[in-house]
Amino acid sequence: MDLTFVLGQSITQALGVTAIIYCLAAMGLNLQFGYTGLLNFGQVAFAAIGAYSVGVIVISFGASLWAAIPIGLLASVALALVLGIPTLRLRADYLAIVTIATSEIIRLMVRSIALRDTFGGANGINGKMGQAFHDLNPFHADIDLPFLTWTRQDLWVVTVGWSLIAIFTLATWLLVRSPWGRVVKGIREDENAVVSLGKNAYVYKMQALILGGLLGTVGGIVWAIAKQSVQPDNFVPDVTFFSYTILLLGGAARVFGPIVGAIIFWFLLVFVGEFLNQMIAAGWITFLLPTDVGPIRFILVGLGLMGLMIFRPQGIFGDKRELALDAR
Amino acid sequence: MPANGQRALEAQAVLAGVPKVPGAPKPDPILVASSVVRRFGGLSAVDVEHVEVQRGSITALIGPNGAGKTTFFNLLTGFDAPDEGTWSFNGRSMGRLSPYRVARLGMVRTFQLTKALNRLRVIDNMLLGAKGQRGEHLWASLLPFLWRRQEANNTERADLLLKRFSLDAKRTDFAGSLSGGQRKLLEMARALMSEPELIMLDEPMAGVNPALTQSLLQHIKMIREEGATVLFVEHDMDMVHDISDWVIVMAQGQIIAEGPPGDVMKNPEVIDAYLGAHHERALTESGESLTTGDTI
Amino acid sequence: MLSGALLAGVFACLLLAFAPPAAAAGTAIVGTLKGPDGAPLANVSVTASAEGFTDTVVSGPDGVFRIEVPKGGKYLLSVDETTLPAGVSFTKPEDQSRSILVLMGDKKVLFGFSSGDGGGGATASSFTWARISQLLVDGLFFGILIALGAVGLNLIFGTTGLTNFSHGELLTLGAFTAIVLNELGLNLIIAAPLAVLISAMLWGWGQNKILWKPLRRRKTGLIASMVVTIGLAITIRYTLLLLFGGSPRSYQQFAGQSGLAFGPVSITPKSIVFAILAAIAIAATVSWLQRSRIGKATRAVSDNPALASATGIDVERVISVVWILGAGLAAFAGIYLGSTQDVTWNMGQRLLLVMFAAVTLGGLGTIYGAIVGALVVGMFVQLSTLFIPTEMKTVGALFLMIIILLVRPQGILGRRERVG
Repeated sequence: MDLTFVLGQSITQALGVTAIIYCLAAMGLNLQFGYTGLLNFGQVAFAAIGAYSVGVIVISFGASLWAAIPIGLLASVALALVLGIPTLRLRADYLAIVTIATSEIIRLMVRSIALRDTFGGANGINGKMGQAFHDLNPFHADIDLPFLTWTRQDLWVVTVGWSLIAIFTLATWLLVRSPWGRVVKGIREDENAVVSLGKNAYVYKMQALILGGLLGTVGGIVWAIAKQSVQPDNFVPDVTFFSYTILLLGGAARVFGPIVGAIIFWFLLVFVGEFLNQMIAAGWITFLLPTDVGPIRFILVGLGLMGLMIFRPQGIFGDKRELALDAR
Repeated sequence: MPANGQRALEAQAVLAGVPKVPGAPKPDPILVASSVVRRFGGLSAVDVEHVEVQRGSITALIGPNGAGKTTFFNLLTGFDAPDEGTWSFNGRSMGRLSPYRVARLGMVRTFQLTKALNRLRVIDNMLLGAKGQRGEHLWASLLPFLWRRQEANNTERADLLLKRFSLDAKRTDFAGSLSGGQRKLLEMARALMSEPELIMLDEPMAGVNPALTQSLLQHIKMIREEGATVLFVEHDMDMVHDISDWVIVMAQGQIIAEGPPGDVMKNPEVIDAYLGAHHERALTESGESLTTGDTI
Repeated sequence: MLSGALLAGVFACLLLAFAPPAAAAGTAIVGTLKGPDGAPLANVSVTASAEGFTDTVVSGPDGVFRIEVPKGGKYLLSVDETTLPAGVSFTKPEDQSRSILVLMGDKKVLFGFSSGDGGGGATASSFTWARISQLLVDGLFFGILIALGAVGLNLIFGTTGLTNFSHGELLTLGAFTAIVLNELGLNLIIAAPLAVLISAMLWGWGQNKILWKPLRRRKTGLIASMVVTIGLAITIRYTLLLLFGGSPRSYQQFAGQSGLAFGPVSITPKSIVFAILAAIAIAATVSWLQRSRIGKATRAVSDNPALASATGIDVERVISVVWILGAGLAAFAGIYLGSTQDVTWNMGQRLLLVMFAAVTLGGLGTIYGAIVGALVVGMFVQLSTLFIPTEMKTVGALFLMIIILLVRPQGILGRRERVG
């Protein structure tokens, strides 16, 4: 039983690339769900758009990464419009159904054999799609601390990733404490009240959907650059629901919620997984197989999502006064 | 307290010359509606031939429950689409306008079931009411120096209104922590933030305790004294008597009587409509609360 | 997830029959490889391996292969992708190999194949009346299956306003309840109705009692509740994966039934029985809603809960009944699906979006809408394979749903929503 290894893995992951990607996705959900009350169950579609834009444009079409990124962001805006136009005038559950359906449409299309030449089918797209980014790497050595191990590539991605998150968090902070933020929070509480005061709620909801989607797309772009590989089955709906769990863990409608949530979430998830693995390997737990650890982690996520939504939607560090209001 | 100020006397004097019949033309109407029909299935919930609302008056729209008052309100404010009909506000045709445009033109409503925005602070509820805010634009919102001065002015105005409505002590509380009556006050104050020409109150006195009712009535009178027009829905005739300059009576979707409060209450048709409808009351109570809005 | 794995008809079925040790010289894995169009696949390499044992054989012209194995146990069966004929490939890469437990009796293993390029040439050539009639029948059966799920989904939505993203798991739970009973030794004919009853009470009534009723009392909002259904779905799914493992299971009876030919159409007897029973169940539900006192109360609650409550209807009781009914119908659908294909931990999740498409198409909250929507979606999904690759058939249904939302959001049979 190597507790240092378990802790090291957990810390590395909690601050690593995966946490960054999920943090970005959850930041998008925070704008959409936390502040505006939009139930986007297809955030993974926006991530897939970002990742596949990089993969397709750089590898399949052989163009530059610096062209792929803006194209990916534009495609993300287009997706938000396509999702929002039919559903944002309807009840909230329609958006939820259409977004999750669209995320599956996108996944099934990119993994289809018919479009294999472009999207690579089930195997996805593999190749040095992030090379242009990694060429700019100013770091010369890997990091190998007792609790933190990154290659110099990861270190570069992580540095840029957290910097992006810092910038986007600042922007979110500016947005939500401005009159714009007041309007979207009003829409979350009661759309008709806001409309009766002369605000075009539809436009605000669309803006929130687009902005939140863009954050998810940035997450997808980071994914493609960091992992140099995009596969359709990385983009299953569970990614969206992990992001919701992260958001609720850190607290919906809290500016730092997604960051706090992503770090705690990945720390706990990796810690539980590695801890169980070590216990099984050491023979201390005999009723579980190594293959059982994966499902157990998912079960914890599911229970966490339910429990947080029911008992503490404002996050584990949330405000008691807001909690009292939710019980009304 | 000036129970009836200058404006009240003016309004009542002007309306004295108006014939006391349904659809009577007014000397200076702010709102004119003609042949407005809304059907649900086979039932005509609203079937209004003609109605006008005098500028600067307090006009009450009364009728038994299920008379179609709230539906008529929803139609006029764009929250529901009519099957037929036209109406104009300040001479501008308003048919099929989105509700937010209706509000921007100066015709602002409140709701029967108060829509206080629970997880927003009272002051933020108020500020949401202000019109033409630069900081509500996405890009400008990121640059506080563009909207900071306007925000300060709005805050000042909001604080004055809160004081007037005795909500200043609750300024930074969540709106969700207010009592039912305080929410009614907040909603009215919030509507006033947008400086409406016509404020439409849907049952402002419903569910408010008697002590607060008196203060609500005074507030409504104040709104008129400041030059706005008030149209409000009520089903309790006694409330109406005290404050309204003119009363319009609806029953089964139609306007069956109009006139000053004293005359209308003696109208046998009106009494009939009320007595006849009391039996059906339980059936129609909740019909008016349907909404497509999402509740969190 | 929503791959082509919806109907056995489009799948190659690999039927494994194990000769009893006494009757033959040894134990063998025997199977037939069929392509997505039902044609046998010849000259395909199949390998069975276990600890200390590997053997590779090639399928004959009739698609049949036979691998002699030394003893019962766990074998990994894999198909060499490079030996597949042109235009045929696996629906999913993980379909390439399957771990199977060799015991006694019949066991069915599915390898998902789909037609390779899906381009004009391959599909146009198979545009025959025989194929269309087969697809129509498949579509009808699939529609009935969806309707079983969609009716419950819609009833629960109608009475509680809850859009239940864990409804697919009610199908899965029903199928697994039947598997447990079946593996305890009950014949499926007894296990299936028993599982429907148990599921209705345990997963329907129990779920409402333990989770949703307290949440309603807490006045948890609908949006929050939807997120809770997602959490519940994940929890149920992975608990099943933990308990039962990831490999597909099948019921011990009626597993490898071959189809009866009705003209150009081939249908398995079990599909016919299930479809008839399902149609009866749906018809019974509808007539129950129309005639019985509690059924009428259910409609009243769907129409206007506050009003229904004011007129003395026990809304909570109606909701309990609806959960029981919804979970029972869903369990039936799960067993239906499990017996015509396999029982897997995520089988219901794969159908969830198709059920939503059906409900949206017909109109959220209307019972006839759910049924009509389900039949339309079922037919649409199957017939769309005439024009698009099989692996994309659910994509078509989901597109249809989005288009309907654009032009007629209330669905085919839904009423326009009242505002304010």
